[in-house]
Amino acid sequence: MNTFDLSTNTVTELNHALHAQKDKMTQAEWVVTNPKGSHNLAVGLDSELAVDIHGHAGYFCAGMNKTASITVHGNVGQGVAENMMSGVVRVKGDASQAAGATAHGGMLIVEGNAGARCGISMKGVDIVVKGNVGHMSCFMGQSGSLVVCGDAGEALGDSLYEVHIYVKGEVKSLGADCVQKEMREEHIAELTALLAKAGVEEDPASFKRYGSARELYTFKVDNASAY
Amino acid sequence: MCGIVGLYLKNDALESKLGELFEPMLISMTDRGPDSAGFAIYGDEVGEGWLKLTLRHPDESFDWAGLTDQMATALQCSADWMNNANVAVLKIQADETSVREWLSTHYEDVLILSAGSSIEILKEVGLPENISSKFSLSGMKGTHIIGHTRMATESAVTMEGSHPFSTGSDLCLVHNGSLSNHNRLRENLKREGITFETENDSEVAAGYLTWRLNEGDTLKNALESALKDLDGFFTFTIGTKNGFAVMRDPIACKPAVLAETDDYVAMASEYQALASLPGIENAKVWEPEPATFYIWERH
Repeated sequence: MNTFDLSTNTVTELNHALHAQKDKMTQAEWVVTNPKGSHNLAVGLDSELAVDIHGHAGYFCAGMNKTASITVHGNVGQGVAENMMSGVVRVKGDASQAAGATAHGGMLIVEGNAGARCGISMKGVDIVVKGNVGHMSCFMGQSGSLVVCGDAGEALGDSLYEVHIYVKGEVKSLGADCVQKEMREEHIAELTALLAKAGVEEDPASFKRYGSARELYTFKVDNASAY
Repeated sequence: MCGIVGLYLKNDALESKLGELFEPMLISMTDRGPDSAGFAIYGDEVGEGWLKLTLRHPDESFDWAGLTDQMATALQCSADWMNNANVAVLKIQADETSVREWLSTHYEDVLILSAGSSIEILKEVGLPENISSKFSLSGMKGTHIIGHTRMATESAVTMEGSHPFSTGSDLCLVHNGSLSNHNRLRENLKREGITFETENDSEVAAGYLTWRLNEGDTLKNALESALKDLDGFFTFTIGTKNGFAVMRDPIACKPAVLAETDDYVAMASEYQALASLPGIENAKVWEPEPATFYIWERH
C-alpha cells in the first residue's frame, strides 16, 4: 500500500502518480492523507486501483473515473464522480451538489446526504444515497438508477428520460413528467441487487418507484405550456 | 465568483486568537476572489453613550489626532482614536447623526466604513494576503468576524465596491452571487431613507436588512422578508453585534459549508477555508440548505 500525503505533495503530483499506474501497475492500493478540501482528487483514473482518501475532499473528486474503486472517508464538495464511466466511488460522509452528474456507468454510494441536483443528466450510473437528496435530483436523467433511502427534495426527476428512481422516504415534489409507478417484481429484484451491491441494508419493499411519464419526450403542441 | 468566510466563537478563551484563526481562512479563498478583500471584526465594545466608527482616508499619514481633537472640541465630548494603516478606529461619546454631519462638513474625503458599538470594517483592493498583512489581521481579537474575497462581476473593482458592506449600526454583510433586482430595490430603499455609497448589488442587500431592522424586525424576520424580496443568486453571511447568520438562495446556486464544534461555528464558501481550524477533523460539517437561514447569537 502506498501512502500519499497531500500536506507535502500537490494534487497534480497525486493524479500523475495514479495515472502512471495505467501503463505499468506497480501499486494497486493507495491511501491519500491530508486532503483538506482540495479539488480534483483522484480524477481521470483508468486502472483497477483502490484509493482511500482520509478526510474531506473538495470539488470534482473521482471525476471521470474508469474501473478504479475510490472511497472518501469524509465529505465531498460539488460534482463527485462527475462523468464516471465505471468503477465504484463511495463517500462515507455527505456529498454536495451535482453528485454523479452526467455519469455513464459504475456505482456511486453516498453514505450521508447528497445535496441538490444529485444525478443530474445521469447516463447509466447507479447511485445509492443512504440519506436524503436535495432539490432537482435526477434532472434530465437518461439511464441508470437512483436509490434514495431518505427523503428527496423538490422537483425530483424533472424532465426525466429512463432513469429508475427508488425513494424510501418522502418526496417533497415531483418534477415535470416524473410520476410514481408500480413496483413490480422486476423492480424489487433490481433494487435488491443495487442495495446489496452498495452494501446498504434496507427492505426493498419499503421503497416507491418513480419514472418518466414520457409525455415530454418529444414536442406535442398540447404540452406547449409545460415548456 | 467570490469567497466568503465567517468565524463565530462560542468559547471566550479563543477571543484573543480570533485574527490568527481567521487569517488563513481568508487567504485560502484567494482563488475565488483575488481582486479585493475585507473583513468585519466584532469586539472591544464601547460603553453606553459611546460610538465606534471605522474611518478611512486615502493618505496613510493622515492626521487622525488632529481630526479627533477638532471633533471632540466641536461636539464637546470625549474621544479616542487608534489608527491601522490608512484606517482609524474612532471612539467618541456622541450620537451618530452629529458625528456624520460634522465629518461630512469638515472632512469630505474621510469615508465612514462602519458605525456601531463593536464593529470594525477593514477592506481594500488587492490580494487577501496583502490586505491581511496591511491591517495586521493575525493579531486581532474579538468575538466574531466575517470576511470576503472578491472577484467582481456586477460593478467596478474599487475599495468602495469591496465587501463587507455596512449600512447600519453594527450590521454588515458579505455576498457571493449576484442580485438581479438591485436597481429597483435601491430606489425603493432610498425612498425609505437608506443611503448608498455605490452601484453595487450587495450593498443593496445590506441596505435592505438595515431597513427591515430599523422597522423593528428581528434578524430572523428580516431574513425571511429578504428571501421574498431579493431576486438573484446569493449566499450571504451577515454579521450583527451579537452574532452572525448564513443564508442561501432557494436554488442554492452558490456554495457554502458550515462547521460547528464546542468552541466555534465557522462558515466558508469551500471546505478548504475551514481546514486550518483546530478540531475541524471532529467538527460537525454540513452544507446549509437552500432558502434556509442559520443564526448564531450571544444573548
